[in-house]
Amino acid sequence: MSESISQAPAPEVAATGLPGGAAEAPAPRKRNEFVYYGLRNPKLLFGLTVETLLVLAAIIAPFFAKYAPLTTTNIPIQHPGGTFWLGTDLNGYDMYSQLSNGLRESYLIGALGAAFATAVGLVIGFLAGWRGGWLDEILQLITNVLVMIPSLVLLIVIGSYLTSRSILFEGAFIGLTTWPWVARAVRAQTFSLRSREYVDLARLSGKRPVSIIVKEIAPNMASYLFLVVILLFGSSMLIAASYDFLGLGPSQTVSLGYMMNQAANNSALFYHMWWVFIPPGAVLALMVVALLIANVGLDEVFNPKLRES
Amino acid sequence: MRRYLSRKIITYVVAFFIGVTVDWALPHFMPGDPIQGMLAKYNVANTAGYQALYAQFQASYGLNVSLWQQYLNFWHGVLSGDFGQSIFAQGATVSSLIFSAMPYTVALLVPAVLLSYVLGNRLGAAAARRKVLDNSVLPLGYVLQAIPYPWLALVVVYLFGPLWHLFPTSLGYDQGLVPHFDWRFISSAIDHWFLPFLTVFLVSLGGWAIGMRNLVIYELENDSSRYLRALGSSERVVRRYAYRNASLPQLSGLALQLGVVIGGNIVTEVAFQYPGLGNLIFKAIGAQDYFLLQGIFIFIVIGVLLANFIIDLVFVSVDPRTRLSMQGAAA
Repeated sequence: MSESISQAPAPEVAATGLPGGAAEAPAPRKRNEFVYYGLRNPKLLFGLTVETLLVLAAIIAPFFAKYAPLTTTNIPIQHPGGTFWLGTDLNGYDMYSQLSNGLRESYLIGALGAAFATAVGLVIGFLAGWRGGWLDEILQLITNVLVMIPSLVLLIVIGSYLTSRSILFEGAFIGLTTWPWVARAVRAQTFSLRSREYVDLARLSGKRPVSIIVKEIAPNMASYLFLVVILLFGSSMLIAASYDFLGLGPSQTVSLGYMMNQAANNSALFYHMWWVFIPPGAVLALMVVALLIANVGLDEVFNPKLRES
Repeated sequence: MRRYLSRKIITYVVAFFIGVTVDWALPHFMPGDPIQGMLAKYNVANTAGYQALYAQFQASYGLNVSLWQQYLNFWHGVLSGDFGQSIFAQGATVSSLIFSAMPYTVALLVPAVLLSYVLGNRLGAAAARRKVLDNSVLPLGYVLQAIPYPWLALVVVYLFGPLWHLFPTSLGYDQGLVPHFDWRFISSAIDHWFLPFLTVFLVSLGGWAIGMRNLVIYELENDSSRYLRALGSSERVVRRYAYRNASLPQLSGLALQLGVVIGGNIVTEVAFQYPGLGNLIFKAIGAQDYFLLQGIFIFIVIGVLLANFIIDLVFVSVDPRTRLSMQGAAA
């Protein structure tokens, strides 16, 4: 652990320069401090390393697949081995091909869901927090109502009428039902920041509200917001897995949730075909655990109070 | 207190109104014609017969009046608990199907949510700022938080079913039994209940533990805690106050998480073929039983609103600020 190091006053130590910190030398001191603590935070390093490896796998691994994910090889129930690296299922689908493509899709859904949620949440949160008054009341009401409507059930009702669904639809649906988490965070932060003196000063100097929000308020919550977005990224992937498991996922694509759905429907458990149902969930759990741990690490880097004494 | 509760009640009324309206609007404005879908099953060849049947179906589902009238009729149905006939279970009303499934869901959800909340909070509070415990609770909490619901269900089914043969892994009671108040049925029901309960319990546990740990750490660094220590209070007393303060955000978190927990419950029920509302929804999708879907949606919304209201009442009793009409209660 970095107990002893983190007690040293940050700017001084950062100035003496370690490889990572020195490379960033021209950057402002603040960033230097984050890099300094970031490189010494085992949680952040562990999370980042695992996540980077998994992202690389998601990009590269599908190219090595010898079979298409949704075309059967007609060779069922193969244990993992030389020909089928991760085996095949009851219907002869190649698990390596499905897993690598599913990994890619999971990241895609995570990014889409987080992007939609952040976009809507930022707008609503800034509006409510900046304007206050009746607009705030109404936006808060909408936020609170949306939180109470169970989104999975809503998706089931909507999904039952749609004959085909795209990845974009799933990402958008997840984003449009999870934005309240962003909006709440942004609203609360805006609320506390908008009465600061430097914001008053910006207002007095005749800046437009949008530029005050972008230049004065947003940068002060950027690190906090970043953490919220990371959590949303992870939860979007988990939510998508549940949707896909219930058969409500995108049509004609392979995802980790779809693999679990197929495993359950094709008696993989009953036939002890562990290579069919263990990998998709284990990989997804690893993806999310790494995100969560990196998130805690980042929190400690951004927030001096949390650095362990 | 009145101000706090009345604000909340306005939110509930609006939520209920929006829930019912969305529930009504979806089938009407979604692409596709459910009646055509249903009639496709009957394979009517001659046109006149088809039209007669179509009109008959339209009338029996109340779709031959103006949209506005249909909307009012829907409200009337909701308020009188009449959601019409189910399509897939012929002869059964939607309400009767829902009421026979509900006990299973409640029996699963309520103990799992309460137990994971209480235990998770205790665990997290105990782990805060205690190296040894923290190093085991924290990683475990992250893993539990990161495990996908459906996967945990699959793994639990596999371990306790095909691998170890310890518990039944599907249905709500042994086949051949009839739901009845006797020991044989109850013991069989408990046997079937245990694994789905364990799954829902486990997935929620990690989140509560981590949340409480972080909150208690934050509280222990607070000025009020410093002041207590300066007065010479024992660490036990300081921790007790920290715990009480940290319980408030956790409680509002419980209200916020309900929708998520219900989603997880549905997934779990489907994985275990447990005969609750989640499984009923799943069957309704398969059979394109729109009336049943509509009914279950409203029921779940009502359930969430009721649970929120109960949490509000608890909040009023534990957070004095809500009683004194000060701002309080961020939820």
